[in-house]
Amino acid sequence: MDAQNLTYLFVGLSFALYIGIAIWSRVGSTREFYVAGTGVHPVLNGMATAADWMSAASFISMAGLIAFLGYDGSVYLMGWTGGYVLLALLLAPYLRKYGKFTVPEFIGDRYYSDAARLVAVLCLIFISFTYVAGQMRGVGIVFSRFLEVDINLGVLIGMAIVFIYAVLGGMKGITYTQVAQYCVMIFAYTVPAIFISLLITGNPIPQLGLGAEVLDGSGLTVLEKLDSALIDLGFTAYTDGSKSTIDVFAITAALMVGTAGLPHVIVRFFTVPKASDARVSAGWALVFIALLYTTAPAVGAFARLNFITEVNETAYTETPEWFKNWEALGLIAWRDKNGDGVIQYRAGAPFDGKPEFEGEARGDHGERIITNGVTASGNEVYVDRDIMVLANPEIAKLPGWVIALVAAGGLAAALSTAAGLLLVISTAVSHDLLKRTWMKDISDAQELRAARLAAAVAIAVAGYLGINPPAFVAQVVAFAFGLAAASLFPAILMGIFSTRMNKEGAIAGMLSGLFFTAGYIIYFKFMVPEANVAENWLFGISPEGIGMVGMIVNFAVAFVVDRFTPAPPESVQILVEDIRVPMGAGGAHDH
Amino acid sequence: MQSGVGRTEASEDVARRRSYWRANLKLLAKLLVIWFVVSFGAGILLEDWLNQFTVLGFKLGFWFAQQGSIFTFVVLIFVYARRMKQLDRAFGVED
Repeated sequence: MDAQNLTYLFVGLSFALYIGIAIWSRVGSTREFYVAGTGVHPVLNGMATAADWMSAASFISMAGLIAFLGYDGSVYLMGWTGGYVLLALLLAPYLRKYGKFTVPEFIGDRYYSDAARLVAVLCLIFISFTYVAGQMRGVGIVFSRFLEVDINLGVLIGMAIVFIYAVLGGMKGITYTQVAQYCVMIFAYTVPAIFISLLITGNPIPQLGLGAEVLDGSGLTVLEKLDSALIDLGFTAYTDGSKSTIDVFAITAALMVGTAGLPHVIVRFFTVPKASDARVSAGWALVFIALLYTTAPAVGAFARLNFITEVNETAYTETPEWFKNWEALGLIAWRDKNGDGVIQYRAGAPFDGKPEFEGEARGDHGERIITNGVTASGNEVYVDRDIMVLANPEIAKLPGWVIALVAAGGLAAALSTAAGLLLVISTAVSHDLLKRTWMKDISDAQELRAARLAAAVAIAVAGYLGINPPAFVAQVVAFAFGLAAASLFPAILMGIFSTRMNKEGAIAGMLSGLFFTAGYIIYFKFMVPEANVAENWLFGISPEGIGMVGMIVNFAVAFVVDRFTPAPPESVQILVEDIRVPMGAGGAHDH
Repeated sequence: MQSGVGRTEASEDVARRRSYWRANLKLLAKLLVIWFVVSFGAGILLEDWLNQFTVLGFKLGFWFAQQGSIFTFVVLIFVYARRMKQLDRAFGVED
């Protein structure tokens, strides 16, 4: 069977599995729909959390980002794992002990205020939609490259699958499909990594292969070879960064705190039976995440090394198949600036902006013709970072079934995250807006219907955003983490660790953190993007890292306002004392 | 109204919960210091200086930034879960 048919087979089988699980795990009550009846084993919940958390961005883009950023890519590795320590130590067990269904619900009850709940709902919906649009896009890209269907049709197929298991099974269906998706995803990620590590270093463990010697007789390690190759081509060394230390610090902090404040991650810990299970489950989640996250830097380094050896100083006519495949999709482009027919890969942009092709017209050597204005740099190749993981098996000449596996894994990563996000959106609408705010007397069955309807609408909106991606999707990822760090995280943390924090303080804190962070990002990303350089940044912190400052603003404002306003009612102080001890946690309850 | 005995029991209960919480905070502080040191410390602030040492073919600062900190995070969470289970039992507040 060729790679194409194998891909259809693998993707088809994995989809059949997800639908089978959906039918098996249909639910009949809101408690099952929202928190899977709090009966999920901590290890399985850890696995589901890992799949929920690791999105198309983690699976497809992260290794590519690290490949091109080198040391600077560490912000994602540390930022997107360190948040789990905060989650396990500071939030998850207490929120599970509280035993309700949603994050806005905790904020609304703890701060005895509908206004606080609404602010939390707004943050949640904005963060989740930002995120989900990217997932649907990821689904479309995998479909178009590996299954040769139109990107839009790919998005529709993805929507249909998510619709089936999210609407039927709610959190329960999502949880067990995520467990299956994690297995598909991690297998698909590590198998090519092991092969490539063996090919390059002879060491089967990619984490060790990254530090091992290259099998080319040079006696250099992977990182040494990469450092020297990159310096020769005019880049900075792989193991050195080009971002300032303060910016690396701020971005890492914003991503860590943002991770801990993301609603779709937090609610996963509402599904385990007990508060103590939430702690252990967070540990397992990080084990499963770390498997992929410690493989990613190895994949990134190997991919960059392979790319340089295979492409640089190679005649275009001699380039491997994958180079032309990705060129056909517009994700690789070459402009023969010096007219020698040979590809020169150097530091700097090859031309202005993203490649614009002159239709299917071909140049002297058979390459696609680009109309962009050229730059002064010696670089002739444009390569989209996102293709690194997807192209890696082809670059390393791995067998067809590995390529098929990667396609199924990429889809699993995108679908699992999309489902988790859609669930928190629908829950926020049916539970926080309807049941708790506007229609307090609806029955459980009506609320469940509302939740399903909200999930269906959310899927449709997500699909629309996937087919017509707003130009700003890539720009707003900083938003999701920045806002979670500056609004939700501090509010929840103070709700647990301070008995004195009152609604005035919390709301003022959330709003000031929110406006400060959003304002900073909008100013530099949308209003004056040309001024988005280090000299203009506050303390040298980029919009990606400003969530850290937003968090500090939130805390500062909250404590000052709290000092001048009355203490919360005694019932709230008792509630806080109560969630601090695990004793007495039951199932998540109604009111 | 509670009886005198009941009131003593209740205040003992409050005292017990408070000392459980203090023990928890102490443990949290210790673990979060380690969390900060391996990531923001070794992986970022001291990265350049640590890079003069090589371990398993890695510059040490680079290793902490891309692998070492993540391994430490995993250990930290399990240590916390274990120590808290012991505290829960010692103070009689298990779930």
